[in-house]
Amino acid sequence: MKSLGSIRRDFAPWNDPNAKPYIQFDNVTKKFGDFTAVNNLSLTIFEREFFALLGASGCGKSTLLRMLAGFEEPTAGRILLDGQDLRGIPPYRRPVNMMFQSYALFPHMTVENNIAFGLKQDGMPKPEIAARVAEMLKLVKLEQFAKRKPHQLSGGQRQRVALARSVAKRPKVLLLDEPLGALDKKLREETQFELMDLQQKLGLTFVVVTHDQEEAMTMADRIAILDKGEVMQVATPPEVYEAPASRFVAHFVGNVNMFEGKVAERTAKTTRISGATGAQIVVENAGDAAAGADIVFAIRPEKIKISSKKPADAINALEGEVYDIAYLGDMTVYHVRLDDGQMVRASTMNAARVTEDPLSWNDRAWVSFRSDAGVVLTR
Amino acid sequence: MSNAAAAAATSPSADAAKSPLARLGAAFVGRLVIIIPYLWLLFFFLIPFIIVFKISLSQTAIAMPPYTPVLDFSGGISGFFDQLKQLSIDNYTWLTEDALYFNAYVTSVIIAAISTVLTLLVGYPIAYGMSRAPATIRPTLLMLVILPFWTSFLIRVYAWIGILKPEGLLNQLLLATGVISQPLIILNTYTAIFIGIVYSYLPFMVLPLYSSLEKMDYSLIEAAKDLGCPPTSAFWKITFPLSLPGVIAGCLLVFIPAVGEFVIPDLLGGSQTLMIGKTLWNEFFANRDWPVSSAVAVILLLLLIVPIMLFQQAQARAQEQGK
Repeated sequence: MKSLGSIRRDFAPWNDPNAKPYIQFDNVTKKFGDFTAVNNLSLTIFEREFFALLGASGCGKSTLLRMLAGFEEPTAGRILLDGQDLRGIPPYRRPVNMMFQSYALFPHMTVENNIAFGLKQDGMPKPEIAARVAEMLKLVKLEQFAKRKPHQLSGGQRQRVALARSVAKRPKVLLLDEPLGALDKKLREETQFELMDLQQKLGLTFVVVTHDQEEAMTMADRIAILDKGEVMQVATPPEVYEAPASRFVAHFVGNVNMFEGKVAERTAKTTRISGATGAQIVVENAGDAAAGADIVFAIRPEKIKISSKKPADAINALEGEVYDIAYLGDMTVYHVRLDDGQMVRASTMNAARVTEDPLSWNDRAWVSFRSDAGVVLTR
Repeated sequence: MSNAAAAAATSPSADAAKSPLARLGAAFVGRLVIIIPYLWLLFFFLIPFIIVFKISLSQTAIAMPPYTPVLDFSGGISGFFDQLKQLSIDNYTWLTEDALYFNAYVTSVIIAAISTVLTLLVGYPIAYGMSRAPATIRPTLLMLVILPFWTSFLIRVYAWIGILKPEGLLNQLLLATGVISQPLIILNTYTAIFIGIVYSYLPFMVLPLYSSLEKMDYSLIEAAKDLGCPPTSAFWKITFPLSLPGVIAGCLLVFIPAVGEFVIPDLLGGSQTLMIGKTLWNEFFANRDWPVSSAVAVILLLLLIVPIMLFQQAQARAQEQGK
């Protein structure tokens, strides 16, 4: 039997040109008065995908979700689900269910009745409802709490009830609006993995809205990064992190060092970048940046090595002074002020317990990185 | 024992001993805040009620005040007890002997109940509309509901006479528009009483309803719709049950004063309407029978206090189960 992990690894319908899209946003615009929440946005989500909409508050991600649920209608454009245009279909006739950020549990109903609510609406026979409710309670491990009211549960338990209620009807798509937003950090991390397991077990399509990039990276097959109602990039978590499409994405996801500069020279294999403050950087993957073009070289802190002596074989090595050190346990983050004034953030995994080459505040230091460690951004 | 453990063991008691006087003072102030309303109830409700109750056990007399015995302490303790021995429940037996009182009680309760239901039917949509209105105009709407209180209640009821009488504004309007050819007789009927009560007590219904509807989380309705519930059904399954505390509070606030209402049946209902407030007024002012009217008042109070206590008990039990 394949483990869930290997199923996930094989799952990549977005690379298959013949794959049929399941959810399609076609040039969707949504305006609230003068404010444009979603601006001419197109997006494709595949069946059984765990898709994350990531962005800061006000980027339009919740509006997208609410349009899919039917609480808002697009001002322009159309939304298709499994080939069917959703325009004009009220929320109570859409085969999607939503887990609300506030959970929106009915306070006057028991856990059981909350979960059964949607099934009763469908006119499911009573014995079947009872069986389904029992199954859902087992799924979220709340069997003993069936007769409780929502106010008698902890935050984590309420979150599970909300989840059970939203999947009880076996919707074609489950929409999750900041599903873990109200939980504390530890519980949030556990629940992330539980959500992924649940999605695999039930074989549903999940669309999750979050502002937490770690959450999106952990759970999602693909992430759409949104800003001001527009899609900045849609890609798998590694692609988003290692090959951000723009400065915005590079900045938004994880930490990044950015060197403003120009393309000084292009050869067949390498490109030399002349930094605005004087640093010369040689890179391999400059994309389509032409010679003379204004670009940004972006590199993640963990890809930068820091040492007290100049490394002999490094292609890119810049000298500076240790400005700040943050010891985080699993790793140490150094802030180095280069001699040209640029600040560089470098992080080192603390694999060994004792550092052989301890650097201290105000020490002279060299930062070095390989020619393929960063990306050149033209946007 | 280590130092740390010793410190941990002593710290709570040290904390408690920090300022016993200050904590006592705070506790006293806390009590005082609770005592004030109780004192208010004692002086302005309980003592007057005891006086009324005592009068209800007295006999009428042509005197000033018009009943006997008048309690006084000039005869010493034994004289006081002699006076107490003269008290009797004759007035209460009298209430059961004359069907007038029973009918008046029953009619009052029925009129109050019907008016309460009508007020709920009119008030709920108003409160619902207000709670769903844009937040910016809600204070204005609230103001409009409270505005009638700025005019005398009596004057507003008189104004209804002008509207409802056969040659009044309503009939003029209906005749002029050709809806009717004969003036409607509304004034001096039960219909006029219902109109009067619904109009006068509407704010008491709308305000508690509004406060319970306004704090309701709208995402609950969205969740119900999301789970396949059409809007009308969502109203009855979610909105209405959650507004029940407001419904009950509003109904009690209308029902209780409506049972004893005097001004509205007197001015709008005419002479033939039989409500307990009017009966009480007649006994007191027309017959000058203070003891019987006091007995009527005491029974009225008991009549109203029983449902209130039952309701409170039921609520307490529901809360107990909720825990």
